[in-house]
Amino acid sequence: MVFGLRTYVTPEPLNIDPAFDPSRRQYNSTALLVQLLNSYANSQEKKIALVDVDLHVPVLTFVFGEAQLGGIAAVVSTHRLANQFYGLPRDDGMMLHRLEKEVIHELGHTFGLYHCRQFECVMRSSTYVEEIDLKRNTLCSDCTARLAEIR
Amino acid sequence: MNSTPSILVVDDEQVVRDSLTKWFREDGYKVSAASNAAEALQQLQTQKWDIILLDIKMPGMDGMELQQRIKEIEQGATIIFITAHATVDTAVKALKEGAFDYVTKPVDPDYLSHLVNNALKQRTLASENIKLKEQISEFCKADDIIGESSQMQKVFELIQTVARTDTTVMIRGESGTGKELIARAIHSNSDRRYFPIVTVNCGGLPEGILESELFGHERGAFTGAQYRRKGRLELADGGTLFLDEVGNIDMKTQMDLLRAIETKQFTRVGGNDLIKVDFRVICATNKDLEKAVADGTFREDLYYRVNVFSIFIPPIRERKGDIPVLANYFVQKYARAMGKPITSISPEAMDTLVRYNWPGNVRELENAVERAMVVGRPPTIRPEDLPYQLTEKNHILPAGSLAAVEKAHIASILAQNKWNISRSAEILQIDRVTLYNKIEKYALKKPSAG
Repeated sequence: MVFGLRTYVTPEPLNIDPAFDPSRRQYNSTALLVQLLNSYANSQEKKIALVDVDLHVPVLTFVFGEAQLGGIAAVVSTHRLANQFYGLPRDDGMMLHRLEKEVIHELGHTFGLYHCRQFECVMRSSTYVEEIDLKRNTLCSDCTARLAEIR
Repeated sequence: MNSTPSILVVDDEQVVRDSLTKWFREDGYKVSAASNAAEALQQLQTQKWDIILLDIKMPGMDGMELQQRIKEIEQGATIIFITAHATVDTAVKALKEGAFDYVTKPVDPDYLSHLVNNALKQRTLASENIKLKEQISEFCKADDIIGESSQMQKVFELIQTVARTDTTVMIRGESGTGKELIARAIHSNSDRRYFPIVTVNCGGLPEGILESELFGHERGAFTGAQYRRKGRLELADGGTLFLDEVGNIDMKTQMDLLRAIETKQFTRVGGNDLIKVDFRVICATNKDLEKAVADGTFREDLYYRVNVFSIFIPPIRERKGDIPVLANYFVQKYARAMGKPITSISPEAMDTLVRYNWPGNVRELENAVERAMVVGRPPTIRPEDLPYQLTEKNHILPAGSLAAVEKAHIASILAQNKWNISRSAEILQIDRVTLYNKIEKYALKKPSAG
């Protein structure tokens, strides 16, 4: 329990086609956030989309996910969390473990948390998958305190 | 640098500005964006930015020209080019003109993250370097050389004159006048101040030890030389070599030292390899070096090599106006060190200090004040707190003293020879420099003509 909020899964999938960038053969995560916000325009609840396609923003080669800092929308992809992407044997357990951390990380941004320098904190920035494996799925004491301040 | 680093993103594409702004804000950076060079320059006028991310191709002024304009505003600006239009030529040009790095879009997020971190670290180090140098300069200005007399003002002027040159300096003065302080002041006001000043007490070391001390030695050079050891000349490389009591160096070492000073190279004791060094030489002596040259105990060629620019520090008995200033300085110094609230010297005690002859000069005065601070009761030092020898009347210059006799004799010889310095010096059997010093000491003045 990190944020102490009730969580539920919506039955309708998100239409991700408008976010596809053929020149990059990736999906623009910012565009996906817009899609997510538009799809649930009447809701102010925090929402996070889980996708399995490769995400990017124009200036970077890829992103694991993206969130509105202090907002209500986030998106995370399993594409680069899966061992197969790196030519390694499939390990669904490891992938789910990584997904959990990235979901908590992006939701943390929606609560207004910045990246943390503590390497075990879930809010530490991860630019490659080994860094995700290093960190825990919990906030450090500083980020916990910061979250309490914000809320 | 601020505790929150700041980044300015300059790109004509909204989506790029938004992506980078968001990316760096998540890292806790303060981020702003500009869509063109004009907006960027406007933002640069209002504040400094730790990192500036620049695109190259923009409408109007491009990124390369903007870099030049930014460097005019802030020479040390940290600029990273992020561009989709990468060529080797533009990359080379950008780096030559001072860009920190040049990356092409899309950038690997790990690479970008490390790049910005490294750029910030380098900027922090550069900023700390500047601050430390400023602190060193401030520290160097606060020399412990106290003196308000005209003689000391002249010494300060000479220090300023010679400090910025690389000229060899000879500091002359009695023991305890602060020759080492003068040497340090010259060094700390010179371009070598960020390098060490290495002191060699030539008077305190036996003959064989001095050679090894100066030039170092190789392993096995002599019994007990278990390791190679660098000498003081090597340690002074880039800085200043201060040879205190240079008149005490033996003849053999004088020859080796002269060669090292002239050629800027030497070998260690027991070694064959030539070692090149670059240092400035400052010497000090309380001896009559001219007499030593005449006696054959100091090499004439070394004398002319080290006696290029002389600074004479008068003993404090010849500048009695400095005694109260020095005494009060030492009172403050030891009040701080001892945590004792003594703030002044009584008029009677100060009179005793001023009238005393101070054969040990400033060193003796400092010791006397320190002693008085230990035994004295706040808030004032009284005569009974001073060391007993200060109150002995035979140390204070009465009217029938030897100095008074000397003054009268010199004045008489000068008058007889119509102030012909050479002739007068010959009769008095002293050299011209010594006679000039005596004239200044006794404030003798040549009568005006007519």
